Amino acid sequence: MPALPLDEAGKYVAGAYLVFLALVLIYVAIMAAKLARIERELGELADLAEERSSNG
Amino acid sequence: MSLLSLRNLAVATAVLLAGGFALVFFHAPNDADQGFIQKIFYLHVPLATCALGGFVVAAVHAIRHLRTGDAIHDARAYVSIHISIIFGVAVLVTGSIWARASWGKWWVWDEPTLVSFLIVFLLYCTYYPLRFAIEDRDRQARYASVFAITAGAFVPLNFLAVRLAESLVHPRVFATAEGGMTGEMWLAFLTSLAGMALLWVTLVRFELVAKSASARISRLRRALDAEAPAGTRSRVAPSVPSTATTSG
Repeated sequence: MPALPLDEAGKYVAGAYLVFLALVLIYVAIMAAKLARIERELGELADLAEERSSNG
Repeated sequence: MSLLSLRNLAVATAVLLAGGFALVFFHAPNDADQGFIQKIFYLHVPLATCALGGFVVAAVHAIRHLRTGDAIHDARAYVSIHISIIFGVAVLVTGSIWARASWGKWWVWDEPTLVSFLIVFLLYCTYYPLRFAIEDRDRQARYASVFAITAGAFVPLNFLAVRLAESLVHPRVFATAEGGMTGEMWLAFLTSLAGMALLWVTLVRFELVAKSASARISRLRRALDAEAPAGTRSRVAPSVPSTATTSG
């Protein structure tokens, strides 16, 4: 099969690299949500521990 | 596994991937046969190499888990498979885009390279239901390790089957009858491969750090729950199984 002209091939190449970028971004977004949850839980536990220590 | 080294790793990954892609588009010449579309090769092949390599790494961790019984090796095997499956999705999508541009079809069922990779990918997709169908943590880890070793042994077979296959429909850019890649192409390819391998390592370590933090919080929650007066327990430990946060 002959090579595609640049304007035609460019769309496919851009699509492939954008898919890769999108997957990385989705992964980072999911991990950011997980880390936010961990931070929230850690804050709750720290508040509770402080509350306990202040109550004696 | 400090956060500092993870940050350095992430910076190195970003620099290497950006450098690799810059070499792909501004340094490496267009392929004489495929033209500009061959630029997908510098993304697709490193992704596939890292995905398959990751499955083998998972098998090595699984062997270490079965030998030592240390749960950290099981966690590493699990995360290696997890990240390799994500890479596998990218391999299948970028491969399909390349196939559409080169052959005019999104998928070709009589091409051994594509089908064998799909089989390996689907095989590893069964890892999750197999693992989480078992409630007992020790048994879950042992069975998952056995799976990772067995499936990991299948990966080199997949590679050999592809190389031994006579079909030349799938592009063989490393060794074509015309002589293969030029020095500039090799430089771009190896830089992209190194960047992709670093990305794999970074994501694995990132995931392990997050899982470790999550597990520590669960332990802390249980410890505080044990100390709590009866009336306040529900606030510390809601009715979620304690394995839910640490098993995955």
